[in-house]
Amino acid sequence: MTVEARPIPRTRLPGFAPLLVLASAVVMAALVLMPLFVVFGDAFSKGFGKYLASIRDPDAVSAIKLTLLVAAIAVPLNAAFGIAAAWCIAKFEFRGKSALLTLIDLPFSMSPVVSGLVWVLLFGAQGWFGTWLIDHDVRIIFATTGLVLATILVTFPFVARELIPLMQDQGADEEAAALTLGASGLTTFWKITLPNIRWALLYGVLLCNARAMGEFGAVSVVSGHIRGLTTTLPLHVEVLYNDYDFVGAFAAASLLASLGLVTLVLKTTLEWRHAGELSANRRH
Amino acid sequence: MPVNSQPTDDTDGPRLGAKSALSLEISGISKSFGRFPALNDVSLQARDKEFLALLGPSGSGKTTLLRVLAGLERPDAGEVRFGGEDFLSLPVRQRRVGMVFQHYALFRHMTVAQNIAFGLKVRRRRERPSRSEVDDRVADLLSLVQLEDLGKRFPAQLSGGQRQRVALARALAIEPRMLLLDEPFGALDAQVRRELRRWLREVHDRAGVTTVFVTHDQEEALDLADRVAILKGGELIQLGTPNEVYEDPADPFVYDFLGAACRLPGTVDGARLTVADWEAKAPKDAPQGPVEVFFRPDEVSFAPADGAGLAGEVKAVASRGPDVRIECLIEGRLFELEAHGPNVPAGVAPGLSLRIKPMRPKVYPARA
Repeated sequence: MTVEARPIPRTRLPGFAPLLVLASAVVMAALVLMPLFVVFGDAFSKGFGKYLASIRDPDAVSAIKLTLLVAAIAVPLNAAFGIAAAWCIAKFEFRGKSALLTLIDLPFSMSPVVSGLVWVLLFGAQGWFGTWLIDHDVRIIFATTGLVLATILVTFPFVARELIPLMQDQGADEEAAALTLGASGLTTFWKITLPNIRWALLYGVLLCNARAMGEFGAVSVVSGHIRGLTTTLPLHVEVLYNDYDFVGAFAAASLLASLGLVTLVLKTTLEWRHAGELSANRRH
Repeated sequence: MPVNSQPTDDTDGPRLGAKSALSLEISGISKSFGRFPALNDVSLQARDKEFLALLGPSGSGKTTLLRVLAGLERPDAGEVRFGGEDFLSLPVRQRRVGMVFQHYALFRHMTVAQNIAFGLKVRRRRERPSRSEVDDRVADLLSLVQLEDLGKRFPAQLSGGQRQRVALARALAIEPRMLLLDEPFGALDAQVRRELRRWLREVHDRAGVTTVFVTHDQEEALDLADRVAILKGGELIQLGTPNEVYEDPADPFVYDFLGAACRLPGTVDGARLTVADWEAKAPKDAPQGPVEVFFRPDEVSFAPADGAGLAGEVKAVASRGPDVRIECLIEGRLFELEAHGPNVPAGVAPGLSLRIKPMRPKVYPARA
């Protein structure tokens, strides 16, 4: 009996498939693209001059500065914490490892409001350390420190989560080899560990930064919404919106939207250019 | 000689054995991971410039022992001295051991040349060779491992055999006092393995350093090493030259592990060994009473059915040139025996009855 090579039947899209594709495209456009257009449309609705004026408003400028400051403190700290946590988890065996992993994920599964509330419970006027802080004239809640703490807690998992699978994948052999070749622990970290994780680290920092600048819930709880002092950009949007200053609100929102777009472009570039050096789940 | 500044003294080669100085003394090393004992009271010595193989199945503790020597694991108990110095008190970076990892552990973001130069470039400023010295050194090592043209490649662009040679060059770059190799051929195919094996031995002889080499492949160990240490379940079972361990395995496990083994129950009474209807002179120092008799399938002679030996019946015959494989039923068990040239019994074919005489039977006490 001769067996003829039969062409493998191609999975052909059923007749209604184009409709399905179209429908999902429409839904995506409505849910994702339209809000983006609305944000920029409303921001510029009273002309470019008005847009510029609302961004140059002292409260807006201070909100931008505060947002940058909070991110500039929270992101490097979380990068350092993330590297340390990923290093421990990926390169060593110890008791309580899975508990630590779960703990790192906690901010992801917890409402950001809780992440903010925790600090109020600890450092607020009625909190555990409240009296002591008042006695020593230290302000944490309704001050920049509180905003930084809340942001750190919410954005903690981003870098660690990105690095752990990659570092587990890479193992500890290269570091061991560097040590046997006479490198010190610090040299090994700078010359071997860090270069091996650089792109994944950048990826994690990018996501961490986007969240740090865009975080609303947690910072809202600890901020107290003192204009020009403790309002970050997302809070500034809310304040203006509640004041019926729509152009101002959307102008500030357009900055956040732009941040989102820049993040997206960088993230996609990283995924394409350095796929091999990101965690497996990020590879294309 | 580019590899090592120490002169190799030809009159004191590793093969000369007992006369050379002890260089590595391992005594009473124990190590457990959690509740799993990886090494249990292991003691052994290696002579200067000796090529020592640690041979054992997976889980025998051989890699753990190697990592203890490198300083990557800290033993729970025991002592390691190297050249008279307390080795365990030295941190990894000060031991100056060249280690080749099983999966090479090349630095993936560095070129081959940068990999090899790493150990020289991380030295303290006072001891660091100049740029041109490093370049010369790298060039020497690249030619030693026959990769002159690949200095600018990255590890991902190399074949397994090439990576292995880069790893060795990188380890040799620091002029190691001891070379540690963890399954150096484990990830390579059989052809490349055999080629690299001889070459590795040459590199060792030229470099003139004490080498400890971990493998689970008994052929590799017997072929390459000056002496072989056989480990099982974290314990040292036997230490000796390839000939000693092959000719006189310490126990059934070693016998089995070093090559194909045939085994039959028997008894020793005085100087007589009895296996079924075959009687022979018992080997020297054979245990008395019920024993297990081991022999290699290619160390048998055949006799006609009315001669002396174990009665057997041929079940199948397969010949490959002058080598003939004879499947034989002896005492109700099927054995695959091997005969060569003149030793092949006349008219061998399935159904033939004959007598089989193990030429060098090895006798161990029967397990209760």
